[in-house]
Amino acid sequence: MSVKQFRPGFDRGFHNLTFGLAMSVLVLLAAILAFLVVGSIPVLQNQGLSFFISSDWNPVTDVYGALPAIIQTLITAVIALVIGVPVSFGIAVFLTELSPGWIARPVGVAIELLAAIPSIIYGMWGLFVFAPTFGAALQRWTMANLAPIPVIGPLFASPPMGIGIFTASIILAIMIVPFITAMMRDVFTTVPAVLKESAYGLGCTRWEVIYRVVLPYCRAGTVGAVMLGLGRALGETMAVTFVIGNSHRLSASIMGPGATISSSIANEFVEADSPLHTSALVTLGLTLFVITFIVLAIARLFLLRLKKQAGH
Amino acid sequence: MSVQIPVRRTTERQVSSPYQRRMYMRRRLTSMFHMTMAHLVTALGIAMLAWILWSLFGEGLSAVSLKLFTEMTPPPGSDGGLLNAIVGSLMMVGIATVLGIPIGLLVGTYLAEYGRYAKISAVVRFINDILLSAPSILIGLFVYELVVVPMGHFSGYAGAIALAVIALPVVVRTSEDMLLLVPDSLREAAAALGIPRWRVILQVSYRAAGPGLLTGALLAVARISGETAPLLFTSLNNQFWSANLNHPMANLPVVIFNFAMSPYEDWRALAWAGALLITLAVLGLTIAARILLAAKSRMKG
Repeated sequence: MSVKQFRPGFDRGFHNLTFGLAMSVLVLLAAILAFLVVGSIPVLQNQGLSFFISSDWNPVTDVYGALPAIIQTLITAVIALVIGVPVSFGIAVFLTELSPGWIARPVGVAIELLAAIPSIIYGMWGLFVFAPTFGAALQRWTMANLAPIPVIGPLFASPPMGIGIFTASIILAIMIVPFITAMMRDVFTTVPAVLKESAYGLGCTRWEVIYRVVLPYCRAGTVGAVMLGLGRALGETMAVTFVIGNSHRLSASIMGPGATISSSIANEFVEADSPLHTSALVTLGLTLFVITFIVLAIARLFLLRLKKQAGH
Repeated sequence: MSVQIPVRRTTERQVSSPYQRRMYMRRRLTSMFHMTMAHLVTALGIAMLAWILWSLFGEGLSAVSLKLFTEMTPPPGSDGGLLNAIVGSLMMVGIATVLGIPIGLLVGTYLAEYGRYAKISAVVRFINDILLSAPSILIGLFVYELVVVPMGHFSGYAGAIALAVIALPVVVRTSEDMLLLVPDSLREAAAALGIPRWRVILQVSYRAAGPGLLTGALLAVARISGETAPLLFTSLNNQFWSANLNHPMANLPVVIFNFAMSPYEDWRALAWAGALLITLAVLGLTIAARILLAAKSRMKG
């Protein structure tokens, strides 16, 4: 008898335990947001909204303007997407439509391994291997060929050091490609074979099948994958910190050094002595949190729609 | 969804008309161009992996020696190893695993078992997915404010907590997915025998999902082993031997970061060696997880 009474009680306890821990996930996110908001109050009280629109970041005079970091975070992420998305799309097409299984499997594993490599390794490799070779060569080329062009020239002017905003974008692109590819591949494999076969049966070429049948069918999933990649590129820290050059100036050139939100935090947080400096960095973190939250939320909504579509 | 498909009629007269033939050739060329590009970018992706591994082994292997595992991180200009950093990393990853995995598993259990259809579960899933992809440096800031500021100093505990916070959403996600793969008929059969829910979960669901749950745990450990950003201002670094979690603690990623950014040759060599160690560990864990999952799906036929 006593055992029978004990069991439901224990079950309720276990139920409540898992429920409570599930709620802790919500509390965790709320706590992260709360700590970031509280931490950013000093600098916002001191400088108000000029924090977001001023481009003067100077710890010596205790004046902080986040505009360069915010803009350069967006620029690096967008360039990384522009380079990375077509490449990811190509690899995903190769894996799902072009290659026989015995090639697709090892290539797929290789892409997944590329995704597993920690970002600090990308950063180190970028700084010591990629920047001195490819990055510097590219900068020398743009300096000689693009910089003299009148209107857009200043965009490409920089000393050929190898490091800079564009190099960071390329490293970011290499990092997000495996990530986006893996998701695109998973989405592409959900296309019913009948759809593709009927398109082929009508005489479509491979590209037409992919562009007019596979892609429209996978629109939500593809957009979701790209947005997740964007979220990753926006928040990536170590890889960018190594190669971006860390300069808080709003320069016209995308080849020159810069700083993103995350690289500023990584570089300066431990060394920040004034409370205002610390608070400025936390506010940068809050800004990053808000930006990535919006991007990730959009991504999840798209992927959720995909799940519903698959369910029906 | 409107799908426009150009129709090619195959009656003899139309195919042989020069206009039709030109159109067809153009479509084929377009297709061939794009397919060639797909092959090229795939080759590019593989080449990148090869290039990264090549430089890691090329630079790192020469710096790997027994000293790496027996000596402390040196001051610039003298010999040394990475022993304190390796031990520190192992301790912090270990504690983060012990903290993060059980909690994550129980949250995943709620989402897949008790609260599978609850409205709140959809919210938890959404927030968990946000946490999963949130920039890890923000977790570092959070733990700094939460642990380091009240304690007054950097510590190994803070580093371990930051890593646990990063591991948690990974485990939640994988354990929910793996538990959902367990057929409901198993649960129903157990319930029909009068077994209470908690025992069904522990003895049926967990056992059936065992390899999958282990895969998720391995992936979480792989993810946190290479994390650097959240450790920068939680555990900081320590040049000396310290197994005291209440003090700043050396760890591989931060040592790599500091040494790589330094102007000293021998520090940089050590950074490469550390980078090789971390990459091998992370890739090893990832491959182990994949093999485990493959073995599981083969078992199921």
